[in-house]
Amino acid sequence: MLTRFALPLAFVLVAAAFACGFWRLLVGPSVPDRILALDTLYVNAIALLVLSGIHLSSAAYFEAALLIALMGFIGTVALCKYLLRGDIIG
Amino acid sequence: MSRLLPHPLVALMLAAVWLLLANSVAPGQIVLGLLLGWAISLFSARFWPQTPRIHRPLVLLRLVGVVLYDILVANLTVAWLILRSPARLRPAFVRVPLALQSDLAISVLANAICLTPGTVSSRLSSDRRHLLVHALDVGDPDKLVATIKRRYEAPLREIFEPC
Amino acid sequence: MLDALLSSLVLAGALLTFIGSLGLIRLRDFYSRLHAPTKATTLGVGSLLLASALYFSTRGEGVSLHEVLVTVFLFITAPVSAHLLSKAALHLRLRSLAALPSEVSREGAGDSADRP
Repeated sequence: MLTRFALPLAFVLVAAAFACGFWRLLVGPSVPDRILALDTLYVNAIALLVLSGIHLSSAAYFEAALLIALMGFIGTVALCKYLLRGDIIG
Repeated sequence: MSRLLPHPLVALMLAAVWLLLANSVAPGQIVLGLLLGWAISLFSARFWPQTPRIHRPLVLLRLVGVVLYDILVANLTVAWLILRSPARLRPAFVRVPLALQSDLAISVLANAICLTPGTVSSRLSSDRRHLLVHALDVGDPDKLVATIKRRYEAPLREIFEPC
Repeated sequence: MLDALLSSLVLAGALLTFIGSLGLIRLRDFYSRLHAPTKATTLGVGSLLLASALYFSTRGEGVSLHEVLVTVFLFITAPVSAHLLSKAALHLRLRSLAALPSEVSREGAGDSADRP
């Protein structure tokens, strides 16, 4: 039931989530909207990696998911800081 | 105690994180984790100028339970609000007066608000007296403020500022 | 039994992730859109990670708990990035369906505290 039915459906749903994120990233209209879309996309990427991990029964995807979580958060914070201050460090 | 092991809780937490990262509880990993936790908390001690004091651990546990439950409810609510027609939403900015003073307590409150009932904390006023909160669907702003104060702020005051 | 539990966790997680991203399209101003990914998507990924932990723990190679780390990390960082995003939006005075509070138009560019 898991591999025959649930996993393919979950892959489709996450792919649709990616499509929504990309649409918002392209359309905008404002800069924070695009940052929010990127933020959503990296969370979706974690979901996709976790699903791949279950699908292939391999724990090797975990490190990648953790790294994406870290880097995505830092990227969002840096972009927001840039909007708020005009520079990132300082 | 204070000089050699400035933050025992931080050291223990780092050791736990290390064990989770290594995904094993072999004795060697435990020793390595404790060693790393001790070293990191020693070298990063200057980033933690004052140690926050937790006065009521039991209240803290209950607050964590309440917040976890609220996260679940809030997520389902937000999902339902998205699926329903978005034109009927009543978004609003609400100003929440703060009774908390310490930085840590305000941070925890802001984070709890962000994760729970359809609200995002947007901005702390410059005199730290008000927190601006954006809510997705508000019927009665006063009721929302009262809920936030009763559910999160009161326990946080008991935990961090009992006076 | 375990199979059904895993399937429902995976499906619920994927569905919540999708609904959160759908909110990006359906909701009509930035401040409302901010709610969708920070809440629904985070819980969705949390549920997927729970399923993953369960799956790898029951394959007979010992308990696998490192998924907890990603979940905790996501739940800690989601409110911080949401707060910063909404602060940046207020700073740029984005159009909002709700009335912008008076202090934003008055204070203008002055932003006070760094941390949420």
